[in-house]
Amino acid sequence: MSLVRSAATVLAKELRVELRTHDLTNTVFFFVLMIAGLFSFAFSPTASESRRILPGLIWMAFFFAGTLMLQLCFVREQTNDTLAALRLAPIDPFAILLGKILANFAFLAATEIVFVPIFSVFYNVSVGDVIGQLLLVLFLGTFGLAVVGTVFSAMSAQARMRELLLPLLLLPVLAPVLIAGVEATSELLAAGHSVGRVWLSMLAGFDLIFTTATWLLSGYLVEE
Amino acid sequence: MKLGKTAWNLAWWAVAIALAVAGYTIFFVAPRELTMGSIQRIFYFHASTGISAYLCFFLSFLASIGYLASRQPRWDWMAVSTAEVGLAFDTVVLITGPIWAKPVWGTWWVWDARLTLAFIVELLYIAYLLLRRLSTEIDRRALISAVFGIFAFLDVPLAYFSVRWWRTEHPGPVIAGGPNNGLDPRMWHVFAFTWLALLALMILMIRDRYRLEAMRQKVNDWKAEEELGLDVAEGKEVTQ
Repeated sequence: MSLVRSAATVLAKELRVELRTHDLTNTVFFFVLMIAGLFSFAFSPTASESRRILPGLIWMAFFFAGTLMLQLCFVREQTNDTLAALRLAPIDPFAILLGKILANFAFLAATEIVFVPIFSVFYNVSVGDVIGQLLLVLFLGTFGLAVVGTVFSAMSAQARMRELLLPLLLLPVLAPVLIAGVEATSELLAAGHSVGRVWLSMLAGFDLIFTTATWLLSGYLVEE
Repeated sequence: MKLGKTAWNLAWWAVAIALAVAGYTIFFVAPRELTMGSIQRIFYFHASTGISAYLCFFLSFLASIGYLASRQPRWDWMAVSTAEVGLAFDTVVLITGPIWAKPVWGTWWVWDARLTLAFIVELLYIAYLLLRRLSTEIDRRALISAVFGIFAFLDVPLAYFSVRWWRTEHPGPVIAGGPNNGLDPRMWHVFAFTWLALLALMILMIRDRYRLEAMRQKVNDWKAEEELGLDVAEGKEVTQ
């Protein structure tokens, strides 16, 4: 089977599991909703302040939601002991990771599509004009989060205190994504209509470098 | 190691003396900087520690690749030794930076590009050590920490460019920064000497840390053998 086809099979399996249980999406949706409210209580921002803090808030909310969600992606395989079956499958190990990366990306992207308008209403910042570019920036950053997060989830699945470990590994590595994402989002919300090419290429570069690294190291990640 | 114990002890003494001499030259040989005054003298120590820290992380990155390629435990020992020494050096950078910044910039901490980078790198390698600490099985630990070591180091240039575009207040590169830039020759000599002394210190620290890791492995092996031996003596069924 070709890489694309086997990755698509893994992706379809992940989506099917999720559509049956709704574990991940329910948790993540509730988590982001809660953050959106709690931050407003904590800072009770005025209109101009919201414009300033909203980019950082959106990114932090999705980052934490992402780390919360990614923990489950390999633990779920472990509890059902299905990882061995995946390993035995005659497919490229990168296909397993890629399928999972795409699934995690899809869950987070869906959350973003739902919650960007909600954030916009809660914080009274209009995003209608820039929604396309805003989603592009968010998706580029989220793909980086999904790549690195899936890899680290595979790594930490067998460690002690893995629930604690994953965010500790993931968040420092994501620092460049956070900086680039927040800056790009601020530019969009403040000046509007255009986003600096520098930040877009930083996000795309991050995705490219870590996807390549994952591809090169996938053999080691999936082995027992 | 081929060198005997005495030779290594001598090396430690030599480094200690070299560092003391470096301290002397920093204060009494290097000229006083025109605008910053004596506080600039911390630069010799700060910059050379910084360079050595990044060198350590680079070595750790190479050792991680070496482990994945060869699966020899000694590469794993090398990766953890260099990462730990690098972290210690980076901590010195994070402490000496604010001491310099307070009189010159007026505040202890600024989210300046290089300071932020040093901070992010510190977080990355603390995470690396935490990962090792929380991984239980030795082979698995070596494998996943090698992967993390590679990911962490790949992140350094990205972090560098993101914080640089984000903000920078740090003095620009003085050493190779253009025609009207640069160090007084005497400053150069003091800097080079300090850096060499710190480099020697770094090598000795890595070597000792590496030996410690090798001994740990040996003790673990003995313990495993002992347990196995006891099981045999008591006539239990030996698993594995």
